[in-house]
Amino acid sequence: MNKNVLGLFLMGVLNGAVQAETVFVTLEKDNALAVVDPIAGTLSKSVDIGQRPRGIAISPDNKLLYVATSDENTIKIIDAESLKEVGKLPSGKDPETFALNPAGDRLYVSNEDDSLVTVIDIPGKKAIKQIKVGVEPEGITVSPDNLWVVSASETTNMVHWIDTLTNEIVENTLVDPRPRALAFTADSRQLWVTSEMAGTLMILDVKTKQLIKTIKFEVQGVTRDKIQPVGVVIDKDSKRGYVALGPTNRVAVLNAQTFEVEKYLLVGQRVWNLAFSPDQHRLYSTNGLSNDISIIDLETQTVTKSVAVGTYPWGVAVKP
Amino acid sequence: MTNRQEMDVHSLKELSAGQSCMVSLLHYWRAMWGIIWRELWRFVTQRERFISALVRPLVWLFVFAAGFRAALGLAITPPYETYILYEVYITPGLIGMIQLFNGMQSSLSMVYDREMGSMRILMVCPLPRWFLLLSKLLAGTGVSILQVYVFLVIAWFYDIQAPLQGYFWVLPALLLSGLMLGALGLLLSSFIKQLENFAGVMNFVIFPMFFMSTALYPLWKVKESSALLYHLAQYNPFSQAVELIRFALYGQFNQLAFIYTLVAFVVFMAAAIVGYNPSKGMMVRKGGT
Repeated sequence: MNKNVLGLFLMGVLNGAVQAETVFVTLEKDNALAVVDPIAGTLSKSVDIGQRPRGIAISPDNKLLYVATSDENTIKIIDAESLKEVGKLPSGKDPETFALNPAGDRLYVSNEDDSLVTVIDIPGKKAIKQIKVGVEPEGITVSPDNLWVVSASETTNMVHWIDTLTNEIVENTLVDPRPRALAFTADSRQLWVTSEMAGTLMILDVKTKQLIKTIKFEVQGVTRDKIQPVGVVIDKDSKRGYVALGPTNRVAVLNAQTFEVEKYLLVGQRVWNLAFSPDQHRLYSTNGLSNDISIIDLETQTVTKSVAVGTYPWGVAVKP
Repeated sequence: MTNRQEMDVHSLKELSAGQSCMVSLLHYWRAMWGIIWRELWRFVTQRERFISALVRPLVWLFVFAAGFRAALGLAITPPYETYILYEVYITPGLIGMIQLFNGMQSSLSMVYDREMGSMRILMVCPLPRWFLLLSKLLAGTGVSILQVYVFLVIAWFYDIQAPLQGYFWVLPALLLSGLMLGALGLLLSSFIKQLENFAGVMNFVIFPMFFMSTALYPLWKVKESSALLYHLAQYNPFSQAVELIRFALYGQFNQLAFIYTLVAFVVFMAAAIVGYNPSKGMMVRKGGT
């Protein structure tokens, strides 16, 4: 009896030692949502989710998933436990990327074909405003202090600064060609923007809206045309940032203080989007062409495993 | 003879039997240590041999593997769990190469010893021939393991890093693969009478064994080019030794590779012992020692 109690106790301690989390991955071609156990490094299951799912986010209370099903012109609300659809949001046409505000009551959607940003009130489940931006808006993000929404227009080569109080553009900043993804530092003082065509990462000062530094990526043995930065994330301590470099099959590790590239980590083919584990000990990358996600141990800065998930993994969200 | 005297004689007999057993074991140990020490001393003092043993795999790693870098990564094959660079893939193959060349080097030194006459001294030692050959084999394997660990340290600084526990688990794998390749060397040396004939070993054993194996390319890649090559590579004992090392380096046990390497070792060793038997083996035909 005592042995059993001890065994259960030890199991509890061991389970607690490795914080379990669930990784959700949208599969653009399979029209499905893959659920991955990253500690075991296995695909738990895959569920049908809707036509051409791409952008994905999780609510601040980790209870709901928002999934942009592009060919259905909607954003679906999914229960993060049962994976059942519990509602829909009017996203406008062909939603791809979107951003959730820190409070979890506003959603900002890029409508690429219409050159619009749609503002959605989540509790009311309705679009409250459409903001005209540059041609082909793609990347979008909200600052952690909830003052700014920034949208990047791929063809106009511009980022648009939208005041969250008025939902109006207050400033535009020209950036390198084909800006793709955006991320704020945790203190909301810097905005990082990736440029797919120039192969660069631009660091902008939020106060002045001006460029602080441009970082050019170079990967040994890979031609320059393959260096196409896309997804970008920065850790909560602003010590390191990580940039997905598309067809180079690499994730660049940057020192967020000196802006030096410390390392390039080899992942699957055409790495697209990135997401941290809740404790930020791991990073997950979706690899569009090799149909898997890579798990990166951030303490050792090594790729520990790549897990096959399904066809064309696109977006990734993590539930604690 | 009194009872007391009888008891003393009996005790003396027992003591002498025990002593003779101890002396015998000591004999074996001394002989084995002597052979191992001679081989290690030879290796340490021959700086050129030490350097050349390292330069060969390092040139392959830094030049050949860099040329075929496969910068976009190789597809996932066990024991790897994610994408790897070609340098990472080729490293266990180069470890096998170190042991293969070392095994052949030992065989070369056996031929040299035979030509110089020092093997006669070894073989007239009042210990079983199989034991002397096994000692010789262990000595050569020990040297190859030293070379491998120095190579792994250099590779570590070249950013080819296996999990830490892999460096421990690879040791028994290296012992078995080293013994197997060394036994093959011994077997070959029993066939070769003159040093000049050793070039044939290079052409007909080392190169085919190395190139028709999984040292440089994964099996699935070989299969794409030729089914025959695929089967040759699959059944090549060197391939199995390389796979045993590859899996052990990543903390995994490849059962098939282990059994295959073990069986190959037993077969090569038995054949080598027969080969070195003056009444049965190749020595009779060649008229050598």
